[in-house]
Amino acid sequence: MSHKTIKTISDPKLKLEVLTKEEVQKIHEATLHIIQTTGIRFPSKRALEIWEAHGADVNYEKKIIRAKPQLIEDALKTCPPKYVLAARDPQQDLPLDGNHVCLGTDGCGVEVIDIETKEKRTSVLQDVRDIARVADATNEVAFHWVPVSAQDTPTEARGLHEIKAVWENSTKHVQTESIYNVHEAKAAVEMAEILAGGKDNLRERPVISMMQCTAPPLGHDGGSLDAALIAAEAGIPTGFMTMSACLTTGPATLAGTLTVGNAEVIAATALLQLAYPGAPVFYAAAQTSSDPRTGAYTGGGPEDFLFGAATNVLSDFYNIPLSMGSFATGAKEPNWQAGLEGSLSTFMASVVMSDMLLGCGFLHGSRIWSYAEMMMDCEIFSIIHKMMQGIVVDEETLALDAIAAVGPGGHYLAQKHTRNHMRELFMPQFLDRRPYTQWEEKGDDARDWALNKARKILKEHQPDPLDEKISKEFERIIKLVEKK
Amino acid sequence: MSEELETLFKQMAQSIIDGDSDISVELAQKSIEMNIPPLDAITKGFVVGVNYIGDQFGLGEAFLPELVMAGEAMKAAVATLEPELLKLGEARETMGKVVLATVEGDIHEIGKTLVGTMLSASGFEVTDLGVDQPADKIIGKAIEIGASIVGMSALLTTTMVRQREVIEEMDKEGLRPKIKVMVGGAPITREWATKIKADGYSEDAVGAVKLAKDLVGKGDA
Repeated sequence: MSHKTIKTISDPKLKLEVLTKEEVQKIHEATLHIIQTTGIRFPSKRALEIWEAHGADVNYEKKIIRAKPQLIEDALKTCPPKYVLAARDPQQDLPLDGNHVCLGTDGCGVEVIDIETKEKRTSVLQDVRDIARVADATNEVAFHWVPVSAQDTPTEARGLHEIKAVWENSTKHVQTESIYNVHEAKAAVEMAEILAGGKDNLRERPVISMMQCTAPPLGHDGGSLDAALIAAEAGIPTGFMTMSACLTTGPATLAGTLTVGNAEVIAATALLQLAYPGAPVFYAAAQTSSDPRTGAYTGGGPEDFLFGAATNVLSDFYNIPLSMGSFATGAKEPNWQAGLEGSLSTFMASVVMSDMLLGCGFLHGSRIWSYAEMMMDCEIFSIIHKMMQGIVVDEETLALDAIAAVGPGGHYLAQKHTRNHMRELFMPQFLDRRPYTQWEEKGDDARDWALNKARKILKEHQPDPLDEKISKEFERIIKLVEKK
Repeated sequence: MSEELETLFKQMAQSIIDGDSDISVELAQKSIEMNIPPLDAITKGFVVGVNYIGDQFGLGEAFLPELVMAGEAMKAAVATLEPELLKLGEARETMGKVVLATVEGDIHEIGKTLVGTMLSASGFEVTDLGVDQPADKIIGKAIEIGASIVGMSALLTTTMVRQREVIEEMDKEGLRPKIKVMVGGAPITREWATKIKADGYSEDAVGAVKLAKDLVGKGDA
């Protein structure tokens, strides 16, 4: 297994129509109506001033902007439809071009099932390093989110410690969802510039991207907005994620929640384009339904799966890449629910070609990291990757010569055609295909095998090290932020 | 009880079950015009509806929005009757006073708002300070209204440390254990709650109500 190869889904043969053109148009018009009439909250002085300078109606007291449809539509026209997420190792760059589905590690959790003791505990910086290293070794993980919070680092520079830890332990692209204030955003840009080799090189090859959460319904967080503007200015791909949830932060209906979330994302995306036309942006979403009985975050269910398929239709309509929430089961341990939610959410998001999937590794609604779950999520991704290739029908695959040679009765095991094509069949790592008695004797299952695989990687895999001088520079920058 | 009165109380309960604030206010006004003691209107009328929805919710039959709407209808009815209660120098018995807030630097509040609604529906008097609240504001309000419980929410690992600061400040001012502290939010775990010496934590709003009742010594209510 060469760790340079990244498995992405491309040239799909499967298709799904979850929304018609007319339905997308309706959602778009409803979105513009919301932005024009109800408005969106932008609690950032800088953001409000940008909106005002471009002719939006700004209520500084309530921090709500209302913008005409034309302003939003014109602003969105400058979004670049394609760009690359660059990696420390250029062979691992990821094209966001509508024809690649890339899997990331999920984030940002607060607890970890310890890889050795199997006990649940609070996450620390060493976990960020270890998870990055395991992810670096897998073919399935294409890029990193900061998987867990480094809770043993100072809060004012935590987001910086985290990206440093990932960069030092992997050559793949890093997307952070944990930098949401001006100080850290500026420092992160500085760190990325050092890694990329200067400001211009960073624009050319953004080795980092940043994701900010919206504050639903119809609002944003001030720190997130300011951080996003700083990232966009430096040419760092920036996205806003809605986690709008039916019943609580969104209407009970799926169309309503899709539209509310769309308004949040589209308005913030337009803001970035008004400020820095042409800045690389992406759409991010992980809508869900709250549990009707308790209001709890669900992290799975048919509504999530439909959102997973519908959102890429929207981001395609706006012609920008999508980062879509998938996996992230609500299950408490790797079990039936985890497999079900991981599979369906990822299939639905993949079949419509969502550019980025977030992501593998979590239990309990993105709160508890599990290495076993991570490895099994990777296998689910691999299965879907295989399914997306569909069925190829041509002279060679119809196998008429082999069929004639075998005739009625007999078998295909000794055919050359078989030898030529057998390795195209999927080889699972964690599906149990053993005889019943063997299972009975050993009493182990996928969870044990997955955990063992992660343990082996962590023990053996050494990623290409980051230049020590660069690490030292990172340290210096982080120290300065900590002193502020 | 006259038949007319019985019908009115039933209508009051139904207005809460239906979550209809317009009707619950209308019925509250009607009861004032009919010179019905306001405490009777509350306990024999409206509260019956709240209890019914609460029971249905406990059974998994009622959904959260029904509970929220019942809470709103109840609040509106009680607000209408409040001036009459004051005139009579009476007060509605509550489970206790609670101050809720999302800590400084954090603007996430959906979970906290749910907890507030559920506590109100369960008979607590809730003062919700909203988001981004510094320690002195939270503590000041708790002292001002004589709160039995302070509830703090945080969604970020970088802001949840503020929960500890508030607790430390309360300890310094000698406010505990008289005022109990409960914490919540997506990153909050039992370990964290124990570490910062909170009196309790809950992952969801239903658990928060049970916790609050335990904290005020009315766990079986």
